[in-house]
Amino acid sequence: MDLQLSVVKGAKVLMVGAGGIGCELLKTLALSGFQDIHIIDMDTIEVSNLNRQFLFRQSHVGQSKSKVARDAVLKFRPHVSIKSYHANVKDPEFNVEFFKQFNVVLNGLDNLDARRHVNRLCLAANVPLVESGTTGFLGQVTVHVKGRTECYECQPKPAPKTYPVCTITSTPSKFVHCIVWAKDLLFAKLFGDKNQENDLNIRSSDGASSSENVVDVFERREGEDIDDYGRRIFDHVFGYNIELALSNEETWKNRNKPKPIYSKDVLSDELAQQNGNVVQDSATDDGLSVSAMSSLGMKNPQDIWSLSENSRIFFESLRLFFMKRGKEIGNLSFDKDDQLAVEFVTAAANIRAASFGIPLHSLFEAKGIAGNIVHAVATTNAIIAGLIVIEAIKVLKNDIKSYRMTYCLEHPTRKMLLMPVEPFEPNESCYVCSETPLLLEINTHRSKLKDFVERIVKAKLGMNLPIIMQGSNLLFEAGDDLDEDMIANYEANLEKVLAELPSPVTSGTMLTVEDLLQEFTCNINIKHREEFDEEKEPDGMLLSGWTQPVSASEKEKEDKSINNGANSSDVTVEAVEDETGVVAVGVKKRRISETSEVAANAAADETNHKQYQVIDDEDDLVVLDGNSDAGNKRKRMQ
Amino acid sequence: MDGEELTEQETALYDRQIRVWGADAQRRLSKAHVLVYGIKGTIAEFCKNIVLAGVGSLTLVDDRVANEEALSSNFLIPPDENVYRGKTLAELCCDSLIDFNPMVRVSVVKGDLSDFGIDFFNKFDVVVISCCSLAAKKLANDKCRKLSKRVSFYTVDCRDSCGEIFVDLKDYRYSKKKLEETNECQLQYPCFEDAVSVPWKALPRKTSKLYFAMRVIEKFEEAEGRSPGEVSVADLPGVLKLKEELCSAQSVNESHVPDSLLERLVTNTTEFPPVCAIIGGILGQEVIKAISGKGDPLKNFFFFDAMDGKGVMEDISEPNA
Repeated sequence: MDLQLSVVKGAKVLMVGAGGIGCELLKTLALSGFQDIHIIDMDTIEVSNLNRQFLFRQSHVGQSKSKVARDAVLKFRPHVSIKSYHANVKDPEFNVEFFKQFNVVLNGLDNLDARRHVNRLCLAANVPLVESGTTGFLGQVTVHVKGRTECYECQPKPAPKTYPVCTITSTPSKFVHCIVWAKDLLFAKLFGDKNQENDLNIRSSDGASSSENVVDVFERREGEDIDDYGRRIFDHVFGYNIELALSNEETWKNRNKPKPIYSKDVLSDELAQQNGNVVQDSATDDGLSVSAMSSLGMKNPQDIWSLSENSRIFFESLRLFFMKRGKEIGNLSFDKDDQLAVEFVTAAANIRAASFGIPLHSLFEAKGIAGNIVHAVATTNAIIAGLIVIEAIKVLKNDIKSYRMTYCLEHPTRKMLLMPVEPFEPNESCYVCSETPLLLEINTHRSKLKDFVERIVKAKLGMNLPIIMQGSNLLFEAGDDLDEDMIANYEANLEKVLAELPSPVTSGTMLTVEDLLQEFTCNINIKHREEFDEEKEPDGMLLSGWTQPVSASEKEKEDKSINNGANSSDVTVEAVEDETGVVAVGVKKRRISETSEVAANAAADETNHKQYQVIDDEDDLVVLDGNSDAGNKRKRMQ
Repeated sequence: MDGEELTEQETALYDRQIRVWGADAQRRLSKAHVLVYGIKGTIAEFCKNIVLAGVGSLTLVDDRVANEEALSSNFLIPPDENVYRGKTLAELCCDSLIDFNPMVRVSVVKGDLSDFGIDFFNKFDVVVISCCSLAAKKLANDKCRKLSKRVSFYTVDCRDSCGEIFVDLKDYRYSKKKLEETNECQLQYPCFEDAVSVPWKALPRKTSKLYFAMRVIEKFEEAEGRSPGEVSVADLPGVLKLKEELCSAQSVNESHVPDSLLERLVTNTTEFPPVCAIIGGILGQEVIKAISGKGDPLKNFFFFDAMDGKGVMEDISEPNA
């Protein structure tokens, strides 16, 4: 106990995240006697945080999480030194030198991207990392000590769920498909950046209308009455486009045919007229408080609306966007906290669902799916925070034999609700912690350096500020402090195919990719390959030498895919947009006799209780990857 | 479900947890009345969890005045003598908890647990007691059981880096969803006295050692007339002797109760904050389950020891009960 006290008192700790886990963790650290705590969080406080982030009050909404958390803890432990940073952990000030000052780093993060970033900095700075995540009643804590245990990236993380474009545009079979259509296609088309590529009409343009005409359909014509415009859009996307799709008989051989829905079918003229009259004009409305539900007198977000109610919300929300928030049109992107946007997307998704015979959902449910909202409760976060502190103390005592990964389960397995597992040794072929070279098969005559940077360096390797070198020749460099000549030079390089770069990249070349901030370097051997399977290798290149993230929808992948949230050209892993510090990393099926069924059962149970599909979609949620580590022998420590 | 809808304010505040347990459960929570007796770090954690979750009311009982020890793992009390002087632990915690969630009524009742009558317990749906003697636990449990309605009864104690929860839900029925079908389940709980009277020999060999160790300490404190937690390393020989006697009376091997574990429990009786968070979290979860009728409740003991990191459930009841 004395040793414990002295290591705790002498430790300098970095906490990343002051959300759900962060609040609990900061409290438990302070109570446990930690004296020197630094805490980073870029977020501000929102109302939906208050049910579990107990250091925050209604009056703090809008303020910095890290600062308010610090002040709240100082009230009951005034002598603890807490330094708060209202900043992104990926900012350059938090470099390897910064990380080196700490004895241990504790993560309470909500996205894969930041977790990978912190993992690399901890490896570079040689500082132990205790990683954590929760979702609902599930959670886990893992320990990552360089050279001793696996790093956060030794095991592939589940990739965000993506959907084939044609499932979204033509053949939805689940409500989530309708949500993705409503949010990423229709909403984006009507209210977002007009220059963005959009697949909304991908199928109908195969048919009679030319693509020029199609674009026109969505533009509000000069002087067009807003209600006429709404009906025109409605009839086009829910009526005409469905008719067009039906004309392709082949598609419907083994599927239920959708039913076209026209505005005249769902609204009497009278009703349609009424819509406009219900709303009182009030000049003081601020943007985010405008609501179609309140102007139509609908209160309960848990209600499932009828087709006609959904149609009224559709028209009303469209109308309100043009009348009250006209200035934003063209710049809007979907935000789960934007009530009107959620209303529009819910209504549009439901009308589409009705057309395809898919059960309708309430606004509450639709919001959860569209916003990728993570389920969160205070108790799990408190438990996980307690486990983090226990693990942090072991790390500080260098008590290697006692390190554990701990899973918090909803249903007991082998009588356990909290299940400790010995950590694994580092994965010898991990490109992050063992510096094993990767192999990239690519068509060096067709792929541009730009493709390599976007699809491999950023999307797959998770680098933010990359430098790309061939031997000692610089091919590309990102950063703010470059002079104009260099920028021009790199811009030119980006547009060149690999084989035609100033120092050509061909089969057998080794590229070195480095992230200066992460102080992380990785070598990639290039192998030229002529052809790629469009379905299986949509990137047109194949990275190997390290286990690929398992995508739940690998089988479904077609020519191109859309993921729920990020637009289709952005392949980078999508951060869960929730403000919480709570995202569970997979309760993975471990190849350990004792625990293999355990986690599987836990996760399987979860699946059964799930109300909706989207839980699979979050970047690092509980996902069963039963087979993924089959070819991947993992050794337990000791 | 019962006609009353959650308000807009409730829906906004509880959004993330409604996504976990549903609107029905949230409505039931908002009508539940919870009593806690004996407030140290673990109960402070529990109170935080249950107030955040949005129960109808929380009533606090603990007439002890604040001192250094009581503050050690309690984040609800500012360590400022000017603030805490002259106030009881319950009053101080109440002042702090009121701010956590304006939709929960938090209040204080004065008195000693043994003096509260059956009618008093009748006001609550959940009773959680801590820092109590064996006799006081049994008595309170009996009073709750005598009521016609079910009062979910819990005891909780943490020492060193260990914690124990006991649960009595009497006759508990709940529905369990498995895939598409909903099954009606029923669990019969023994009262505390019956549970701790189950012969040790009848328990499976792998039963958590903490269970036995806690019973030894409990008996020791009772026999010596100590207040709960009032033991020190000087008592170790006495505790070990009692252990021998109990093991031989129960005809079990002495290895059932390791000396090293007893030594830890008598040497350091203060709570370890991470364990408070863990036990307070599990207890919060169990109380939410019992109120909402969702999820398998714990039957009927839970143990956590930071030394091995296991959080284990034990069913300690007469095999035929």
